[in-house]
Amino acid sequence: MDIGLNHYLVVGLLVFLAGLFTVLTRRNAIGVLMGVELVLNSANINYIAFSRFGSGGYEGQIFSIFVIMLAAAEAAIGLAIVLGIYRKFKTIDVEEVDSLRG
Amino acid sequence: MIYAALFYGVALFTVAGAFGVAFSENVVYSAFALMATLLGAAGLYVFLLADFVAAVQLLVYVGGILVLTLFAIMLTHQISEVEVSNRAVGRWPALGLVGFVGVGMATALLRAPWKLGEGTAARAAGEGTTYGIGDSFLGPYLLPFELASIVLLTALVGAIVLSRKELRD
Repeated sequence: MDIGLNHYLVVGLLVFLAGLFTVLTRRNAIGVLMGVELVLNSANINYIAFSRFGSGGYEGQIFSIFVIMLAAAEAAIGLAIVLGIYRKFKTIDVEEVDSLRG
Repeated sequence: MIYAALFYGVALFTVAGAFGVAFSENVVYSAFALMATLLGAAGLYVFLLADFVAAVQLLVYVGGILVLTLFAIMLTHQISEVEVSNRAVGRWPALGLVGFVGVGMATALLRAPWKLGEGTAARAAGEGTTYGIGDSFLGPYLLPFELASIVLLTALVGAIVLSRKELRD
């Protein structure tokens, strides 16, 4: 059986579901961010699979590069926020950080 | 035949890493499982003839984001502290929701009549993808490319402002 589009879509789906589960269950803020990275990666796998098997050109790969760029920005900002939260609350448990006042 | 075996190996590596991130108790182990997923995804991009994106994935994700994540983990836990694990909450409701979403999406993607075409295979075989991608970035995608630069600059400044030491007066 040839490796076709559906193989890659199933891999993307499984990675997405793992990421969703991570986001839903983690109490560590960094764990939640790692779940977001998984979801972004699954989107990238789908983009590039459609770029390879679809009828367009390089658009899918270009979008995936933009996604990687935004993921880098998101990781930098998110981890800076996590470090700020840690300095303030001495914990990064997302259930205990429930105060909006600084 | 070897191609298929290699593909299944890389795909299994990727998915196993993703489930490692989801189910491991220790957040440091999660980070290393994330590395497996990112490397596996780069391998899948090679299978999909996207050499440039695979290189970017290795440089930015594995070399940048993952190291940043590990630094953040180390900075937010005392190194002497053995208890790095984090208990998960609400596993069964989350599993139910994930199963529901998964079944829905799997039905959709296996039934949808995808419009397939030539794809990038023919063009990528000749000259690699870097030429075409660079051409698009300096042609039709010039404005998004410049906006991406502004987003990165803003993120850089924002990260510095957020994580610097608070100096009063």
